[in-house]
Amino acid sequence: MGMTMTQKILAAHAGLSEVKAGQLIEADLDMVLGNDITSPVAIHEIKKMKKNGVFNRDKISLVMDHFVPNKDIKSAEHCKIVREFASDNDITNFYDVGEMGIEHALLPEKGLVTAGDAVIGADSHTCTYGALGAFSTGVGSTDMAAGMATGKAWFKVPSAIRFNLTGDLAPYISGKDIILHIIGMIGVDGALYQSMEFVGDGIKNLSMDDRFTISNMAIEAGGKNGIFPVDDKTLEYIESHPCASSSLSSSPSSSKHPKIYTADDDAIYTAEYTIDLSTLRPTIAYPHLPENTHPVEDASDIKIDQVVIGSCTNGRISDLKIAADILNGKKVKKGIRVIVIPATQAIYLEAMDKGYLKTFVESGAVVSTPTCGPCLGGYMGILAAGERCISTTNRNFVGRMGHVDSEVYLASPAVAAASSLTGYITDPATV
Amino acid sequence: MESVHGKVHRFGDNIDTDVIIPARYLNSSDPEELKLHCMEDIDPEYIKKMVPGDIIVAGKNFGCGSSREHAPIAIKASGASCVIAETFARIFYRNSINIGLPIIECPEASASIQNGDELSIDFNTGIITDITSGKSYQGQSFPEFMQKLIDAGGLINYINENK
Repeated sequence: MGMTMTQKILAAHAGLSEVKAGQLIEADLDMVLGNDITSPVAIHEIKKMKKNGVFNRDKISLVMDHFVPNKDIKSAEHCKIVREFASDNDITNFYDVGEMGIEHALLPEKGLVTAGDAVIGADSHTCTYGALGAFSTGVGSTDMAAGMATGKAWFKVPSAIRFNLTGDLAPYISGKDIILHIIGMIGVDGALYQSMEFVGDGIKNLSMDDRFTISNMAIEAGGKNGIFPVDDKTLEYIESHPCASSSLSSSPSSSKHPKIYTADDDAIYTAEYTIDLSTLRPTIAYPHLPENTHPVEDASDIKIDQVVIGSCTNGRISDLKIAADILNGKKVKKGIRVIVIPATQAIYLEAMDKGYLKTFVESGAVVSTPTCGPCLGGYMGILAAGERCISTTNRNFVGRMGHVDSEVYLASPAVAAASSLTGYITDPATV
Repeated sequence: MESVHGKVHRFGDNIDTDVIIPARYLNSSDPEELKLHCMEDIDPEYIKKMVPGDIIVAGKNFGCGSSREHAPIAIKASGASCVIAETFARIFYRNSINIGLPIIECPEASASIQNGDELSIDFNTGIITDITSGKSYQGQSFPEFMQKLIDAGGLINYINENK
């Protein structure tokens, strides 16, 4: 019986020639990830284990990105736990202020994940690396602790839904619009426990940044992972982002060489959807679920107070480019607070070199150091009661960005930038 | 813990981890502190009404969103003895098993049980009895491996005992 792309990666990591949907397996891990919120809980758990230390100091990534630079004393205490653990265990891929970025932008950029890898992360958006043709999924802190200690994790082999993407995108339409459209179509539990496998001749028209955005939000449809086949664009990306961890890249047993898995022709899918990319409109998810999607033209009466452009979903260089192109030479509408957050230091530098940061500041936006801050209502852009934000982030749940009576509308960087100029949710083609 | 007994705190569909424990409190990982804010954004009275042993009953996709283990930790610390739902989001499902918070998938129970009903649950048989309405429901059983994790009291204990 044929296997899906995800099933093939899982079979290989479990040492099995075949796996079936529903089967429980134990898989070897190529990378275990945690951040400053989830790692302290994992470190607390790993200390209860009989086995001392970590399975491989090169195959663990600890990224301080949610509440750093530390927003308060409690966050500082949490980060201190992680800093001490990283130092005690000589963790190679420990990223703190100055080197850190938002984890799911940072790991691909540092070459710490490659095609064919199996990755867990104590952060739900770990599914982002499916864009590279890896199996990656979010877990909790206890799974992270067990993964750090043993290098293994248990999985129920998922069934899969196939999304056949055809055609090409119209101007101002991006990966964000594709994934919001899909979530609107299948719902926030439409892919519950399943893989989302993206295929079709439209994929060649999607940049790696588009693919990262799409895989990133697989969890918003309940998916276990969201994965793309490996093509020339993937390999070019991997080649131009060599592994930052020299001991990993030089090791003959290293997984840091791309391994290409393809779905069998007779693989079984529980459902299949075909999406003609040329028909998509800029798409907005209204509060308080990512499935509440509407085309931008329906939203033109919605007045906003704040704009956030950034996050693990949309804080990459192409996201900043489109926003800068729209804001260039123009002024943010008086009274609208626009916060731009490059996702990593490398993206920050590139945006500086290309003049995007100057454009943002001249237009009246602010530019922040990399942080997850406002996306989860942590800091750096919290909303008051009754306020509305249009945001390129990934969730618009009740209270997600601040007060329980505030609202978040999810959109692409192009829509967010265009809305900055008018104070209303705005189609970028009209500004 | 073979059986539990308590009153129902009823919630709807897609209860996400941001309302179970808002991120503004994630600068702590202390269960006693987290429980004070459990469900705060959807029912500010939850922690005052919750009596140890009470049971949460919800609709589909309970625990969607963030991977924060603080969510099942907060629910467990709040005194809830079990969460029954039509379906669970997968990370919440894993996390609950890993930390030893009893959860049961049961669409029929989720559809019928009302807020304030008195329930008893037999974990050996998976039978949920609604004492108030007199109805009973068969919860879905766990695969053998997950039952072993549950019996061990969570993943860390399981690994300590088996590796």
